Amino acid sequence: MTKPLTINPLKAKDFATDQDVRWCPGCGDYSILKQVQSVFAELGLDKDEVVVISGIGCSSRFPYYTETYGMHSIHGRAPAFVSGLKMANPDLDVWMVTGDGDGLAIGGNHMMHILRRNFNVNIMLFNNQIYGLTKGQYSPTSEEYKKTKSSPYGSLDHPINPIAFALGCDASYVARSMDRDPKHLKAMLHRSHKHKGAAFLEIYQNCNIFNDGAFFEFTDKATKADRALFVEHGQPLIFGKDQEMGIRLNGLQPEIVNLKHGLFTEDDLWIHDERDIHKANILARFSEISGLPRPFGVIYAIDRPTYEEVAFAQLDDVKSVKGEGNLDQLLAGNMNWEIK
Amino acid sequence: MGVTTIKEEITIKFAGDSGDGMQLTGTLFTENTAIKGMDLATFPDFPAEIRAPIGTLAGVSGFQLHFGSRIIYTPGDDYDVLVAMNAAALKTNLGRLKKGGTIIANTDGFDKKNLRLAKFEDGAQSPLEDDTLEGYDVFKIDITKLTRACLVDTSLGTKEKDRCKNMFVLGFLYWRYSRDLDPTIQYLKTKFKSKPEILKANIMVLKAGYHYGETTETFSNQVEVKSAPLAKGVYRSIMGNQALVLGLVTAAQKSGLPLFYGSYPITPASDILHGLARHKNFNVKTYQAEDEIAAVCAAIGAAYGGNLAVTGTSGPGLALKGEGIGLAVMLELPLVIVDVQRGGPSTGLPTKTEQSDLLQAVYGRNGECPLPVISISSPVDAFYTAIEACRIAVEHMVPVILLSDGYIANGSEPWKFPKAADLPAIEAKFAKERTGNGEHFLPYRRDERHVREWALPGTRGLAHRIGGLEKEAETGEVSYDPPNHEYMVKIREAKVARIAEHIPEQKILNGPEEGDLLVLGWGSTCGVIESVTRDLVSHGHKVAHVQLRYINPFPRNLGDILNNFKKILIPEINNGQLSKVIKSTYLKPVEQYNKIQGIPITKAELKAQILQVLKAN
Repeated sequence: MTKPLTINPLKAKDFATDQDVRWCPGCGDYSILKQVQSVFAELGLDKDEVVVISGIGCSSRFPYYTETYGMHSIHGRAPAFVSGLKMANPDLDVWMVTGDGDGLAIGGNHMMHILRRNFNVNIMLFNNQIYGLTKGQYSPTSEEYKKTKSSPYGSLDHPINPIAFALGCDASYVARSMDRDPKHLKAMLHRSHKHKGAAFLEIYQNCNIFNDGAFFEFTDKATKADRALFVEHGQPLIFGKDQEMGIRLNGLQPEIVNLKHGLFTEDDLWIHDERDIHKANILARFSEISGLPRPFGVIYAIDRPTYEEVAFAQLDDVKSVKGEGNLDQLLAGNMNWEIK
Repeated sequence: MGVTTIKEEITIKFAGDSGDGMQLTGTLFTENTAIKGMDLATFPDFPAEIRAPIGTLAGVSGFQLHFGSRIIYTPGDDYDVLVAMNAAALKTNLGRLKKGGTIIANTDGFDKKNLRLAKFEDGAQSPLEDDTLEGYDVFKIDITKLTRACLVDTSLGTKEKDRCKNMFVLGFLYWRYSRDLDPTIQYLKTKFKSKPEILKANIMVLKAGYHYGETTETFSNQVEVKSAPLAKGVYRSIMGNQALVLGLVTAAQKSGLPLFYGSYPITPASDILHGLARHKNFNVKTYQAEDEIAAVCAAIGAAYGGNLAVTGTSGPGLALKGEGIGLAVMLELPLVIVDVQRGGPSTGLPTKTEQSDLLQAVYGRNGECPLPVISISSPVDAFYTAIEACRIAVEHMVPVILLSDGYIANGSEPWKFPKAADLPAIEAKFAKERTGNGEHFLPYRRDERHVREWALPGTRGLAHRIGGLEKEAETGEVSYDPPNHEYMVKIREAKVARIAEHIPEQKILNGPEEGDLLVLGWGSTCGVIESVTRDLVSHGHKVAHVQLRYINPFPRNLGDILNNFKKILIPEINNGQLSKVIKSTYLKPVEQYNKIQGIPITKAELKAQILQVLKAN
């Protein structure tokens, strides 16, 4: 599909619809919406070529607020709608919005398959570790023994790790960001868009009504520097208020080292390599090892063919071998007889 | 040489172990029959297990063929001839062999081990040796031994030799029914092109079977069936699922839309996926989804993107797709949902036929969720009805459920196939792009048929949002306004109801316009009802036959037709589902005839039922 050059690039506000945004005041979704609209403008997207598809949940109201094509589908199934749409029109710029319940509980199966198939889509999973729209039940990412309306004595579920899940599904791109760091979030959205394939971006999002402060240790000024680790390809893993802390690999064990004590230097540190699946798997599990900071950024990214690429290539291959289909021949089949 | 007897029609059942090649034997005999210009209908009967233990009752695979010099409507009730490759095959099928019918038995399949596997009593004599088969014409042939003897000079192993057994049977039957071997030899030459030794062996055994009949004069005479009064033209043989595949490809070509088929494997619908996957050079995109839900949702995604979108399944899958179909009703996008029905509920009888998804198709979704439902009445009709389902979906922007069943899916009949140019086009209308600052695009504005425009993402100036929340009329924005919801429920209903103005009036298939009894059927009961009612009409009964293709909405004149008969009888392979809908729609009493055994209604059963209803006048 050829598109004419956009003469007047759109501004962020041009990607806002005339609908009232109905999230609770103070919800982390507002920030995400704002960054997405800015990034759409920064990327110079044509709103007629963009489709935002969501499932059900607070986050899934997103399409109503972006002035593009959009579909607010059914619970958990957004990946399937995206897959079909990409098979119909691979040129569309598709953004998928989901949450921890929509994408990892009811829709966990479809999430797995869109990731392994690698359709070219930007997936934003808003993780707030709670069910918001249904008013406060524990979600698949909620911590163990969490007390909620549906778990007054504590939830018994062991939580799923979204990054490890995505890596386990052979996602070609896995990243994490947060609602309260607009700059980082925008950078990650740019990277997602640049990635060809299913780009899985987990976004920590604060639900100030039912799970306020779930991620404050990573997002609050006071603790962020010590608790959040921003990874960058080719750079050592360094964090801390004064960039004084680093991570080194001792065998397969990640260890925190202090760069100020003179025992270790930057040369001893783990250098982040987005293409290394083994290191990505270790990074994904930082959250499960006490004391380690939480990694943000592109955890893993490789190039591999998208589903729609190979699907359309196969159509062409078959046509080049068999020739364009001839309907009369098809209807006649291989064996005929005549009644005279 | 004996004399040749002329017969009007014959039903043969080929039965043997799954590994005996009975499906192929039946198919080749059918092909040979069709070429001779006879009319025919077939029905295979597979075991539920893929490889059931050899020799057991569960492992019996059957193929039924009914052919004749008159028009054939069904695969036949009882058999004239039973080919039994082993004791289990005889035991499972003997009950439906006509009195005095012919049995061709492979004696090697009746040894002690086979008798035990077929659950004959310990120490019991072979039924071929005692008086079990008294009154039947039994031909005992050691097919295994004769086949091996025929191939003694080849280098094939015993296993490979034994695989040729079915060719002996086929050759023998070709002699019996005065047939030419050539079409089958041609087929074998193609099939075993790269295996010359196997090819040679198969042809040798085929001929040996033929000569065995000729030289031993096993049968005192040969039998011949003349050609049937079929319409002139070029024919092919077609199975229901295959015809459905061709119908979908044709609809795509005729609408100029690429076909997207999203599906998850399920018996007996999988052959549609297999068939379509072979036609990528027709721009057919097949997508084997991770489950039934993803299959329907991907199809909706493809419809949103402008493809002719279809998903196919059977009853359990239709249940899973329910929520997705409801969304398609809300989105008002074109979609065809194929349901090849099987025995239910739950997993039920996967390899057996039933018509028990009608209510699920018409009513089985949350909320007020009407959609068109149409049904297929025969293997050939699958082609035309699939096209019709696509036409309604695309021209009325609505999901359509297309009902087939296991009996249609796997049955076959001759088809005087059409020329592509003679089939009407399907008109897909897309919303046109808008440039400049004209009026705001209204995605839910409707035409006089209440149909909204198909606005594809990527079209300039039409950016809009759709979804499963209730929409405001015209704008399509989310609306919780009470009167708006009621209006939208009514307009979605009216849209479907109005399709009745765009489908043909219901025709009476045979019989008078008014009379004593209307036999009202839908789906795969067509053949048996037609056969029986023609017979009764020719004997002076005031009985007529109507076969419904359109179940929602009903044809606009159906009520008038119903009013012209004293009684209405509805035969169904379910517990009375169409009966319920007819009663509630037309407030008319109906007589039901329900058979719920996973197998079709026979002519004898239906005839007895009709005569009983007539008698009760």
